[in-house]
Amino acid sequence: MADTPITAARTRPSGRVGQFIHRLRGGDEVAHLITLMCAASIIAVTVMLVYQLYINSSLPRHKFGFEFFLGRTWDPVSGDFGALPFIYGTLVSSALALLLAVPLGVGAAVFLSELAPPRISTATTFVIELLAAVPSVIYGLLGIFVLIPILRKPVMPFLKHTLGFLPLFKGPIYGVSMLAAGVVLAIMIVPFIISVSREVLLAVPVEQREAALGLGATKWESTWQIVVPFARVGIFASIFLALARALGETMAVTMVIGNDPKISASLFAPGYSIAAVIANEFTEATGDLYLQALIELGLVLFLLTILINGLARLVIIATTQKGAARG
Amino acid sequence: MKLKLPLLGLVLGAALFAAGMITIVDSPSAAPAPSPAPAILINGAGATFPYPMYSKWFDEYHKLHPDLQFNYQSIGSGGGIRQILAGTVDFGASDGPMTDDQLKQAKVKILHFPTVLGADVPTYNIPGINQELNFTPDVLAGIFLGKITNWNDKAIASANPGVKFPDLDIVVVHRSDGSGTTYIWVDYLSKISPEWKTKVGTNTSVNWPVGLGGKGNEGVSGLVKQQPGSLGYVELIYAIQNHMTYGKVRNSSGAFVKADLASVTAAAAGAAKSMPDDFRVSITNAPGKEAYPISSFTWLLVPSKIDDPTKKKAIVDFLHWMLKDGQGMVEALSYAKLPKEVVAKETKAISLVM
Repeated sequence: MADTPITAARTRPSGRVGQFIHRLRGGDEVAHLITLMCAASIIAVTVMLVYQLYINSSLPRHKFGFEFFLGRTWDPVSGDFGALPFIYGTLVSSALALLLAVPLGVGAAVFLSELAPPRISTATTFVIELLAAVPSVIYGLLGIFVLIPILRKPVMPFLKHTLGFLPLFKGPIYGVSMLAAGVVLAIMIVPFIISVSREVLLAVPVEQREAALGLGATKWESTWQIVVPFARVGIFASIFLALARALGETMAVTMVIGNDPKISASLFAPGYSIAAVIANEFTEATGDLYLQALIELGLVLFLLTILINGLARLVIIATTQKGAARG
Repeated sequence: MKLKLPLLGLVLGAALFAAGMITIVDSPSAAPAPSPAPAILINGAGATFPYPMYSKWFDEYHKLHPDLQFNYQSIGSGGGIRQILAGTVDFGASDGPMTDDQLKQAKVKILHFPTVLGADVPTYNIPGINQELNFTPDVLAGIFLGKITNWNDKAIASANPGVKFPDLDIVVVHRSDGSGTTYIWVDYLSKISPEWKTKVGTNTSVNWPVGLGGKGNEGVSGLVKQQPGSLGYVELIYAIQNHMTYGKVRNSSGAFVKADLASVTAAAAGAAKSMPDDFRVSITNAPGKEAYPISSFTWLLVPSKIDDPTKKKAIVDFLHWMLKDGQGMVEALSYAKLPKEVVAKETKAISLVM
């Protein structure tokens, strides 16, 4: 949309100085420069971040090499560090969160943008955006004192009785678990999905709806077959924004996940995530290898995020062959 | 895609609010100090466990010497050691003594000064049992190694005659964050169990054979409260302040001792005889009939050579004051004070600061 510069105002005065003054007066160059610097600073911060993570993790990178990704032991005493349980915990808790949050979030967004009366829609949206601003430690406390007791008493025993034949729902019930982390994360990321998806759905031109209705579609058919596909790129974007938040979430996760670096098929078992272990162990990490192994975990999380974002781009490219609205 | 402005506004507002809170919390001198800026500022950083004690001491000392201000950041023992090694602070503080390797990295020799004592206590949640239980070293090691898995185990019952234990799985709860509290606990287990020493070892966080991790004392006690059958460990101070029930532990002379300020000080007194001159000593499983076995010093880390003479005098004077008047304020904050043997030995050692 920025590709249509206003050329009409450019009546080139002669001489370099004159040109410069003209541009200054017009403000275009200045604006160009300032916004360029804003954009460049973001890139610079990212590059510096990666550079620092890379430089400060040289010890474990040389000692463990690629084994760091596959190692299952995390032993600060003997200096044996492997990231696999943390990678697993990060991915599984985030995936679980998406599984719960996406249907809920997209469903709510469709209702708010398409079906709800405007007044209710605005009020609800306000509440949802309020939720997005709640600090994560609050969600963590909510998880410990409200969610986990509910999971421990009716929910987990119910799952165990009905679906206990699946490895996902086997084993002892502690409350703190991968499942608890997934549910807390889902609650935390739903507002992002709803808020952004609703905006995108509202941006779908009204003509699309009118055309569908005019062809005899019902309200639901128009919404589900025309409006939602039209907005799918934006909806995907909202999901990936939410996923990014889930991958990096620290405080709420560490409070409910159980903090045990083991890989277990059961969602009832405790787990651990990359962000959580860094936050837990960094302050008291003595010894260079230990500290640098934690920094390398930070690098791993960064790579994981890049990988998933790349994947997200591919999904978006693959699904934007037909016309779609950008939010 | 664009986020709605109210959302952004809220997020920004929350961030600004949080930033404001942090500034307020971080700079105790900013709010309540209308007095002119002090002439000498001494910076320290390190352990979180003694932070309430240190901030009380530094506050009292500032009242006595208004020209002197101690600034202490409780960033954790690991951070304290790193900063004193890097020379970015005037003194450090740690819940665990520095290792030989770490001392070698120092440009000037670093001295350890014990300040107060802390202890870890076992806390548990067994439905139907409200009394103080007895724990033997073997039982604690067995449970934390994952070998004793049920409360009806004979080893537990034989230490607690008359108590009827249910058939209930034991859920071990430990700290998930690296901490001096964990250091003391696993240091004790390493001393009383050769298997623990070889399999797990001692550090601020370890590769736990079994159990759930809770963040901080509050995380551990929260999990213990919620989970029937659980056994965890918390700092003595935390247990006292929150009126928690905790168990007695059998010490090296065979007596079951309940942790309190006197029994923790007794542990330090018991260990004082064999204490090395640099005070780097673990006093877990210390000798003495009254000694509580899971106790530890916490240390100030002071460089042996301080170039600035005013800073040097300030630190030396403070150490003397801390050992005399300072020790009188310790028990009001539920810390255990140093035994007189250690105070005498330390007073001599202060002359090493040059």
